[in-house]
Amino acid sequence: MQQNQNGDITILDEDSELTLKELCRACGIPAEQILALVEEGIIEPRGPQAHWRFSGICVRRVRRVYHLRRDLGVNLAGAALAIELLEEIEQLRARLARLEHK
Amino acid sequence: MEYRDYYQILGLERTADQAEIKRAYRKLARKYHPDVSKEEQAEDRFKEVSEAYEVLKDPEKRAAYDQLGSSYHTGEDFRPPPNWDQGFEFHGGGYTEADPEAFSDFFESLFGRGGFGGAHAQGFGAGTRRQFHAEGENTHARIAINIEDSYRGATRQITLKHSVLGADGRPEIKERKLNVKIPKGVTEGQQIRLAGQGEPGIGEGKPGDLYLEITFNPHPLYHAEGKTVYLDLPLTPWEAALGDKVAVPTPDGTVNVTIPPNSRNGGKLRLKGRGIPAKEPGDFYVVLNIVTPPANSDEEKEAYRQFSQAFSFDPRSGMGG
Repeated sequence: MQQNQNGDITILDEDSELTLKELCRACGIPAEQILALVEEGIIEPRGPQAHWRFSGICVRRVRRVYHLRRDLGVNLAGAALAIELLEEIEQLRARLARLEHK
Repeated sequence: MEYRDYYQILGLERTADQAEIKRAYRKLARKYHPDVSKEEQAEDRFKEVSEAYEVLKDPEKRAAYDQLGSSYHTGEDFRPPPNWDQGFEFHGGGYTEADPEAFSDFFESLFGRGGFGGAHAQGFGAGTRRQFHAEGENTHARIAINIEDSYRGATRQITLKHSVLGADGRPEIKERKLNVKIPKGVTEGQQIRLAGQGEPGIGEGKPGDLYLEITFNPHPLYHAEGKTVYLDLPLTPWEAALGDKVAVPTPDGTVNVTIPPNSRNGGKLRLKGRGIPAKEPGDFYVVLNIVTPPANSDEEKEAYRQFSQAFSFDPRSGMGG
């Protein structure tokens, strides 16, 4: 089966905006869990709560937190710490790769 | 179908107690979790480990699995004995949140397939003779592209595995090839959403979306950090000292760059806006890497001697002593 791409393509970067409903659907998790992530400061929506807008990079964060909780049994605070450290490691690895490239 | 030794996968004796099983799983899961690990084959190892834990952590499934005996070895051809699961009740139920798509044929032949996405919903409408509609599941996958693809956009073919309900009512795995357009301006780790390219909906439900996480293949010349791209540019000492114009490759094509006189090793020259394209494009940095030629011939040695006479330069002046 081969299909040609014909739908819309969106880059989920800092500039793209998702509503709460879109974010729930993108990540496949219910709104209550998103709210818990907001309370923990893992993702930060823009605007008043009734009109929250989430940046596109939240999709990856939310899914990572969800996987870490499911697979490693960490709680929300632990997952928050883990992804902050992971993101830092990613940046450091990229820098290291650049420096070792010489 | 190949037998899987779940104890061996978790590095355990068959006599391990539940606490040991959990401990072994957690350790391996931390090591191989695809969101955490940089180990080779992390994803495959993690799937194996999860599957093993799915069976061994559940006393019922473990008892049924143990009943097969320990005479099989990993990779050995295996058929479940007839009625092997009599007396055990776990078909269709008791699954945890683990991702059942990832489990092996071996697992499925023993325990069936749990949590089969939206397809369970098909049963609901049957009694009322109303057709059931549901949106298709979203699909998540990763794709590796070259840095040049991000400058120009590209079309790549990917193969996705997804489950469909077969004629016999049992789910089966189908492969789906998809041509996806990689838009200009994606960066490493970013996700792109392709509307309507996920799993098909049920009834008149809309299909789900496809989410692709972008990774960059290592490039011999360029390194990207976000939208910023770096290139190491080797220079001779005289080019760096006297200044020069040098042709520098970028993913966008060659650019003539002016090397200012007395440039230092590790110095950076910025080509504004020549990083990864976007509304506010990233910058491209040329990192100067001064390379000293070896002195082999008499002529070359003489040139270095002239250097030392011409300069009163002590690179160790700050070291005291």
